[in-house]
Amino acid sequence: MTQAPVHSRPAPATAERIVGKPIDRVDGRAKTTGAARYSAEYPYPDIAHAALVHATVSRGRIAGIDAAAASAVPGVLAVITHLNAPAMKPPPPVSMMNLSSLASGTTVNYLNTDEVHWDGQPVAVVVAETLEAAQRAASLVEVTYETLPATFDFAAEEKNAKPQKSDLVQSGGATKGDAEAALAAAPVSVDLRFTTPPHNHNALEPHATTAAWDGDRVTVYDGAQNMYWVRDNLALKFGIPAANVRVISPYVGGAFGGKTMVWAGTILTVLAARVTARPVRLMLTREGVYRTVGGRTPSTQRVALGAEADGRLTALVHTSVTRLGRVGGGPEQVTSQSRHLYDAENILVQQNLVKLDLLPNTVMRAPGESIGTFALESAIDELAGELGMDPIALRMRNEPERNPIDGKRFAHRMLREAYARGAERFGWSERTPEPGSMRDGRWLVGMGVASAYHPSWQFAANVTVRLSADGTVVVRCGFHEMGMGGATAQAQIAADALGVPFEAVRVEYGDTALPTGPGAGGSGQTASIAASLVSACDKLKRSVLALARRSGDSPLRGQRMTGVEARDGGLYRTGRPGLGETYAAILTRAGRDSVEARVGSDTRVGAIAGQVRFMSKLMLDRRRWVKAASGAQFCEVRVDPDTGEVRVSRWVGVFDVGTVINAKTTAGQLRGGIVMGVGMALSEETLVDPRNGRIMNPSLAEYHVPVHADIPSIDVSWLDEPDPTMPLGLIGVGEVSITGAAAAIANAVHHATGRRVRDLPITLDRLL
Amino acid sequence: MKAFSYVSATDVAAALRAISTEPNAKFLGGGTNLVDLMREEIEQPDTIIDITRLPLSGIEELPGGGVRIGAMVRNSHLAAHRLIRTRYPMLSQAVLTGASAQLRNMATVGGNLLQRTRCLYFYDGAAACNKREPGRGCDAIGGFTRNHAILGASEACVATHPSDMCVALAALDATVVAESVRGVRRIPMTEFHVLPGETPDIETTLAADELVTAVELPDLPVAATSAYRKVRDRASYAFALVSVAAALETSGGAVSAVRLALGGVAAKPWRAYQAEQVLLGAPATDETFERAADAELAPAVAQSQNAFKIELARRAIVATLRRLLTEGSAA
Repeated sequence: MTQAPVHSRPAPATAERIVGKPIDRVDGRAKTTGAARYSAEYPYPDIAHAALVHATVSRGRIAGIDAAAASAVPGVLAVITHLNAPAMKPPPPVSMMNLSSLASGTTVNYLNTDEVHWDGQPVAVVVAETLEAAQRAASLVEVTYETLPATFDFAAEEKNAKPQKSDLVQSGGATKGDAEAALAAAPVSVDLRFTTPPHNHNALEPHATTAAWDGDRVTVYDGAQNMYWVRDNLALKFGIPAANVRVISPYVGGAFGGKTMVWAGTILTVLAARVTARPVRLMLTREGVYRTVGGRTPSTQRVALGAEADGRLTALVHTSVTRLGRVGGGPEQVTSQSRHLYDAENILVQQNLVKLDLLPNTVMRAPGESIGTFALESAIDELAGELGMDPIALRMRNEPERNPIDGKRFAHRMLREAYARGAERFGWSERTPEPGSMRDGRWLVGMGVASAYHPSWQFAANVTVRLSADGTVVVRCGFHEMGMGGATAQAQIAADALGVPFEAVRVEYGDTALPTGPGAGGSGQTASIAASLVSACDKLKRSVLALARRSGDSPLRGQRMTGVEARDGGLYRTGRPGLGETYAAILTRAGRDSVEARVGSDTRVGAIAGQVRFMSKLMLDRRRWVKAASGAQFCEVRVDPDTGEVRVSRWVGVFDVGTVINAKTTAGQLRGGIVMGVGMALSEETLVDPRNGRIMNPSLAEYHVPVHADIPSIDVSWLDEPDPTMPLGLIGVGEVSITGAAAAIANAVHHATGRRVRDLPITLDRLL
Repeated sequence: MKAFSYVSATDVAAALRAISTEPNAKFLGGGTNLVDLMREEIEQPDTIIDITRLPLSGIEELPGGGVRIGAMVRNSHLAAHRLIRTRYPMLSQAVLTGASAQLRNMATVGGNLLQRTRCLYFYDGAAACNKREPGRGCDAIGGFTRNHAILGASEACVATHPSDMCVALAALDATVVAESVRGVRRIPMTEFHVLPGETPDIETTLAADELVTAVELPDLPVAATSAYRKVRDRASYAFALVSVAAALETSGGAVSAVRLALGGVAAKPWRAYQAEQVLLGAPATDETFERAADAELAPAVAQSQNAFKIELARRAIVATLRRLLTEGSAA
């Protein structure tokens, strides 16, 4: 939760920038030694353990529950079902005025209804003295169902999809000119269909919650990407003020979108603690994650491109079908990148949706663009083949000056530079264009490229910064640390802003008792906090200068901020070395233990005002600019000509992510996205039985994420040019690197074998 | 997991007495499969007899030139043993392609013989499975059958045996040594596992009260030029779609000795006798290898999603034999 300050190292002699350096993460030691405490590790002497019982039909009503055998298991405290659970309020209807209404993973009021809406929905929770007793008893709960007709076969139902309606955040479709007519008239064209399968979240830490009530107040430890959504959702469900719910989310063992919404496990742990009047812990089994936490929707996509013989795009069509649950889920912005990447004269994008009786989908790393770039960037590669053009040259031929769909300005756009650097690092010039023309011994070798694209986001963040007379700094903001290095990055930013050593800064996060931080989503957390943190540090420096300039003894007497810079642990006159003094000296003389500055208000009115101010700024910003991270993905694959096995042998990714705060954690984020992209390309697939809607591979043994042996050394780099419209010039790095990855692999596989695989994953049977 | 009693045996006689007196008891070796299945409540023994302290951890040469492997030898130890690496490289390679390093450090030779299928429907208590509950039906048929059998399946069960080690043992004509209170029995490896027929719940010819104490490998010069090729959906930690254990010796351009077995294709490690018959004495060429593979796979029947495995098996057989011919035992 916090980082212990280290005072032993001397302050750097000069104002050396800390932002950009590859600094070790501040929580690295705690994590590698096991000292870091996760949600399921909070000890209470009287803790009880919970286990879920899942429905085994896709749609129906519970006809009967026999809990006798379960209740008889020694140590069982309660078997909670819809027959005996206390009433909870249903989730609120989704409203853009109350963003926490987006938090509900599903609209089901768990254990307050006899209705079953998907195979896997929790229908009972067992609480016992031990985990073993709870799990055994859960297996003995006998549930019978009246089944109702249900639809769950995406392949069969996608023809019934309806166009997605546009809302404040995303539009379901857009057009420029007449793309279909231009396509028909184009001298060279491709018109292709792609499919991607459902994917499930597999964070190292399964979802876990520990909840303890004290009267009508509850403390909830929950690995979350948005603690405030958890807080508000629980307050509403249990009919208590939000101030009575404290959510602590200190370390999160990976999330990737899977911990953005509030899922059944969190709610049912709080319910179980209330029913049993005991602190309760529930860590989902891996199967429990698959059955109760949404994943990525499958998709079918059409990408059609028309071009002149010189490669100039005249038509770009990208349409998609994805699914929602009947009881929740959100549209994937599959066509997002197709509105921004290519300067086509005519464009048509349209997203379509079908509702099924399945666990609702949710966000997963780069929702939309990860699977959307697979289709678009594969199609561009195919068109390059039709044109006889180099695929990079085709992209550069169509690189837009302004946003293609609406002519808005790009805040930042460096794809040309990314491709140029990537081609050099990768050795693209050694590629012979003809498919199947490159070999290494018996292996077929292929090289592929694709563009990465992910919009950048910024959210509201309240921050306080306190400077103490001993020179240490505490930054407080309720943000989320899922492994990306948030506390380390913010400590670097504060250290530079205040001119103090990195080690003097302590960052507190992961607790709703702190000033309200942003959710960790949309790759927007770092930029969101940075904006407020820099402004809080400015306020703080002004307060400190105000103390100094009033003092006749200070070399800063009468100075204004414009003539002063923060460095060497204090304030000094610009261009006048030695003329200034340390914060410690200023505060000590003023008789102050500390000085604090705050950005944003956590009062009810303050929060609403802040949200309105923020939303209007966001909307204005969006009207003016198109902001995004982008990149060039280069990969080399080897394909076994006998068996069709594909092995990724080399990777170069060059990204435009603006200012990089921490070179080490940024590289880790970018590599991690590529690894997930390799999984998406080659092996990941949730198997939903089309006969009954049941997930059949809910385990890491049968759902194939990449293992170490699947991953080569990955060369990532960035252009390090600040985006002038973003705080500190930084663009989020969390998601961009999964985008384009699957297409780069598919394109490399085609180059190696001459086979186009348009259906993920690219398993060996598709190459036999 | 259902509660169970635990006893630990320190010698073979005590273990055999315990299994013959305790009702619904199971031996516990490395526990890498049994404990998983107990957690899923697919196995629900009342008593666990821990045999990890039995003195069955040796690998020794037999007087006739073969090798005897104790049932408690850990997989990683087996794979690393000099006798195995030099005389039976396919066995060492097969073991190393299985599971993960952590699992191989725990898993035992005896336990690996009794590994149960990874059929998704066997593992899911909500699904119908004749292996788990005889007579309930088989949801795998018509379902996800990528990992399922193409040879020797029945209308009751289409599951495959997941072990890599067993494929090599079947190719090597190993013998399983089993003991019970009634005495010692020697079971040829190729007769240890059985095809499902009408009773897929019966997977081996081992009696419920018998303990595997050793596996014996014959003196088999051809095995010195042998290899194991596993084809799967990721580079490690995945079960075989198809695997091939092959040993090949040629003389004057013709096959003078051969052993061939397939994994991932049937409810038992599949000894490819038909292919061996075609190969023996024939010129060691791709054409012969292809003919041999075709002969073995002639009776193959695909499930809804695994027709590719017939072609994959054919290619894997040819490629493995070709590589043995040109590169020897190099893994």
